[in-house]
Amino acid sequence: MTVPPLTRRAVYEQKQRRRAMVIATVSTTIALVAVVVLIPLTPGWEKVKKSFFDADIFVESFPGLLDAFLLDLKILFVSTPLILIVALLIALARGARRPAMFPLKAFAVIYTDVLRGIPVILLVFLIGFGVPALGLSRELSNPVIWGTVTLVLSYSAYVSEVMRAGIDSVHESQRAAARSLGMTGHQTMSAVVLPQAFRRIVPPLMNSFVSLQKDVALVSLIGPVEILRQAGIDKAKTANFTPYVAAAVIFLALTIPFTRLADWALARQRRRTGATTIA
Amino acid sequence: MTSESPTAAVLKIQMRGVYKAFDATTVLDGINLDVATGNVIALIGASGSGKSTLLRCVNLLEPVDDGEIFFDGVDIAEPGLDPDPIRRRIGMVFQSFNLFPHMSVTDNVAIGPRKVLGVSKSQARSDGLEMLTRLGLGERADAYPDQLSGGQQQRVAIARSLAMNPEVMLLDEITSALDPELVGEVLDVIRGLKEAGMTMLFATHEMAFAREISDTVCFLHKGRILEEGPPDQIFGDPREPRTKAFLQRVTDAGRL
Ligand SMILES: Nc1ncnc2c1ncn2[C@@H]1O[C@H](COP(=O)(O)OP(=O)(O)OP(=O)(O)O)[C@@H](O)[C@H]1O
Ligand SMILES: [Mg+2]
Repeated sequence: MTVPPLTRRAVYEQKQRRRAMVIATVSTTIALVAVVVLIPLTPGWEKVKKSFFDADIFVESFPGLLDAFLLDLKILFVSTPLILIVALLIALARGARRPAMFPLKAFAVIYTDVLRGIPVILLVFLIGFGVPALGLSRELSNPVIWGTVTLVLSYSAYVSEVMRAGIDSVHESQRAAARSLGMTGHQTMSAVVLPQAFRRIVPPLMNSFVSLQKDVALVSLIGPVEILRQAGIDKAKTANFTPYVAAAVIFLALTIPFTRLADWALARQRRRTGATTIA
Repeated sequence: MTSESPTAAVLKIQMRGVYKAFDATTVLDGINLDVATGNVIALIGASGSGKSTLLRCVNLLEPVDDGEIFFDGVDIAEPGLDPDPIRRRIGMVFQSFNLFPHMSVTDNVAIGPRKVLGVSKSQARSDGLEMLTRLGLGERADAYPDQLSGGQQQRVAIARSLAMNPEVMLLDEITSALDPELVGEVLDVIRGLKEAGMTMLFATHEMAFAREISDTVCFLHKGRILEEGPPDQIFGDPREPRTKAFLQRVTDAGRL
């Protein structure tokens, strides 16, 4: 059996990789040492350490926070598909060309303009306190429901604009090719335009999703005990900020893997369609 | 209401006074053209003379402003007519291929029959594979369009159209985007189609090919068919001074 000889480029790249690895390791070590050694030398460090990084309080509050975080996850998993569906409908309504669709189109324009223009936090207050004040039945007065609705309204307005940009970015010639096969407008949209549009908008959608993961915490402003509120309660109880740090760690445990996953999916997608990345 | 043309039986396509303008610019200025079943018609003319627009009007990708286009005797230029049933009977191939980049080559070919004709996915894919094999692309069936050469992509685009079993093929400068050494493989496919009796209407800058394969050549100038005749006459003995001048320019550019 013969081992294939290394090509010139392979040898070169191997050398480059080793070099890069060494540099990365050395610089990371230096940076870490600097952080670990220098920060404790600051005058307020002892106080900060006690009130933000108290190990006992961390361990003590962690399970409760994790429990409260389940509500965040629930809101997240209910609102995400709803946001995508509503955003798609709004994006399609905005692109409608038939005159009978005019009222829908106008509605879509107003919807995106108004809802994108109001800060999420304000919308949470307005809807979260406003709608239950209408005196609805007990189940319908649940702030979790209205918090979720708010997130869906606000994010769908934003995401629909992202989708519309994605749809517009698919070249007219793709439509022409599909229509020339006899495909209807709807078939063209669903089989040809949307799949291409979605691939292009994956990165901005991922960004929105990461923002949404964090904005779920705003729902706490109208009552529900989710993680941010739970951390506030723990903080008041212990007179220590460590629960907030613990909450931040829990958020990161969700957002970081997700961001990595998104990058990986995108890179795989690129490879599959054969596009090479240019250095 | 659709009107019937008197000579419907013999002609596949019959254009009568077809007029089309973009805003104030007239692009087709009264086109009269007959395409008999099995005929191959070449459209030649300077850039901007309206060749692409004429083809797109036949496929109803552009609405016609005035005049009539009879397809099997039925006026398809009728405003408000549902274009989809017409388009599925007419194949079109574009200069820029316009393959669907998110689908494999086989799926590109299978999508039309699946969506439009309601053929099952597995049937459409095996038919598609057969069509690709016929065009010498069987081995690349699982590739994605941007992994193929231009010539291969254009052959896939032809296969995609043929998969719909069209009665007429419209070809819009299908070799213009190709490197010279890839032109031949695409033209071979078109030769095969002519042998099989396909009715074709094509715009081209490949004069030698137009001369070789067409039954009739039409010279377009400013949205009108200025001269029309058998290829030997048009290329060998053009009557109109403008045709002469155009062919002279092409010859000078080394394309004849
Ligand atoms: N969608 C459009 N909107 C406005 N003008 C257009 C449009 N499509 C074509 N035109 C104009 O119509 C005229 C004819 O265009 P067409 O593409 O039919 O010419 P062509 O003969 O195919 O030219 P080429 O050989 O360069 O492909 C040109 O002046 C062009 O600018
Ligand atoms: Mg053209």
